[in-house]
Amino acid sequence: MATRPFILKAPTPMPGWGLSFGILLTMLSIIVLIPMGVLLWRGFVGFGAAEIWAVVNRPRVWAALALSFRAALVAALFNLVFGVLLAWILVRYRFPGKRLIDAAVDLPFALPTAVAGIALTAIYAPNGVFGSVIGQAFGIRVAYTELGIWIALIFVGLPFVVRTVQPVIEEIDRETEEASATLGASRLRTLTHVVLPMLAPAALTGFALALARSVGEYGSVIFIAGNLPNVTEIAPLLIVIRLEEFDYDGAVAIAIAMLAISFTLLLAINLIQIWSRRRMGAV
Amino acid sequence: MAHCVPLAARPRRLRSATTEPRVVKGVLIALCLAVLSVLLFAPLIAVFDEALRRGWAFALASLGEPDAQAAIRLTLSVAALVVPLNAAFGIAAAWAITKFDWRGKAWVITLIDLPFSISPVVAGLLFVLMFGANSAFGAWLVASGFPIVFAVPGIVLATLFITFPFIARELIPVMLEQGRAEEEAALTLGASGSRVFLTVTLPNIRWALLYGVLLCNARAMGEFGAVAVVSGKIRGQTTTMPLMIEMFYNEYLSVAAFTMASVLALLAFVTLVLKSALEWRHADQLAATHRH
Repeated sequence: MATRPFILKAPTPMPGWGLSFGILLTMLSIIVLIPMGVLLWRGFVGFGAAEIWAVVNRPRVWAALALSFRAALVAALFNLVFGVLLAWILVRYRFPGKRLIDAAVDLPFALPTAVAGIALTAIYAPNGVFGSVIGQAFGIRVAYTELGIWIALIFVGLPFVVRTVQPVIEEIDRETEEASATLGASRLRTLTHVVLPMLAPAALTGFALALARSVGEYGSVIFIAGNLPNVTEIAPLLIVIRLEEFDYDGAVAIAIAMLAISFTLLLAINLIQIWSRRRMGAV
Repeated sequence: MAHCVPLAARPRRLRSATTEPRVVKGVLIALCLAVLSVLLFAPLIAVFDEALRRGWAFALASLGEPDAQAAIRLTLSVAALVVPLNAAFGIAAAWAITKFDWRGKAWVITLIDLPFSISPVVAGLLFVLMFGANSAFGAWLVASGFPIVFAVPGIVLATLFITFPFIARELIPVMLEQGRAEEEAALTLGASGSRVFLTVTLPNIRWALLYGVLLCNARAMGEFGAVAVVSGKIRGQTTTMPLMIEMFYNEYLSVAAFTMASVLALLAFVTLVLKSALEWRHADQLAATHRH
């Protein structure tokens, strides 16, 4: 009998280990691992941590990073609240066109970002359908301001929370809510004290996914943003600008800063999730 | 017991303790529909409205231009390369992950998901750094007449990176749930490895595979940021449909931009219809998150 590879935990009659693991490892290396390694090597070995900090610690870069993360947070928070509400309505309520709405929620996944970008710009620009109305009614501009970036990121992140929370609501046992009601809790109290805590871990997962997607979003934002340095210039756009100037080190430094902040945020959300799961009693 | 109460004494309407009052329901539904109209439906309508601003003939004529034709051809060929490669990867990854127990599996799953949390622009940057003329390897590639960056191979690589987790993500949970018993039974009956896969596993995962292929294809054809960085945007050669939209838009060729956008919007529409059909008819064979 041939010796089994060290990595396998137990001998198995299942065929195809070499082939499937080979394809997995080869493609993972070529597409993800080696390119990521090159980026980090180029940044930390070729350029240096101090130089990366020197690039990031300039007003224009700082403003772009702050804008990207601030707008992504605002959009993800909106999507957190709206996503839970929408998921609740799609599971619990009955109304005409519900299936259509359910299917349409995934539109931002299916619609290319450039299409979303020019479409949102067309309606929220000062001469657009909504842009002109909002301009006359409130005297504010949506497109070419930070507000426009929020709208684009809300669009992009819309499906995440809905799709993570929806299956959890479907699984909720109505008896829990009945028990809460028989104990005298009002409907609102049941929702906030019984139902919402059950949805929290899934909602946080959706929030994290929406946030990660929004921070790096490029296609849907650049059309509506106006792209004014220090004001409406997002971090991914600044990377593109650096590349167009052939300033590869600058591009790498901003990319590494973005990765570092993203992973810190995702790690923090993961920790909150572990905490909320534990509070729920290991669901 | 409610039917025993005399009509006059019956409360106007009995409400279940586990639903909200009708008024609240109505308000919440109206609120959601309003937000969705403003955010989702209005932009979708705007795409077609802007495309047809000067009539059907004008819009269709813009698609017939050589640059537009080249962009459509390029997008189709990139998707034709990327989707099968990622399907092969997805099947192999799901097989290795669900049919065997090995060390470091959790790490590998995390790494497969990594592209989800990386900006498309950074994804493009990765391949510029590896194969661009700024590196020795890239310079050699250009000199030997096989450039990757600012050429079609770079577009394919960047798109592969962006859509990397799509099919594996759909297959892994389904194959985990289905377990190994059916494959093991087939093996004890003497079936060969490829026969087990083709006659036992593949029929079980075909709908999940199709689901993943749909999503992967939609993203592959629509990817903008990563492709914008690696393509160099050479008209007629390395300009995909989304990049062509940007070019037309920046040149104030509004009808051409929105017509091209309409074609991609129709693709998105078809993707959604097929995806919903799969969710309704084959829910039991999809990942649990897609069952309604």
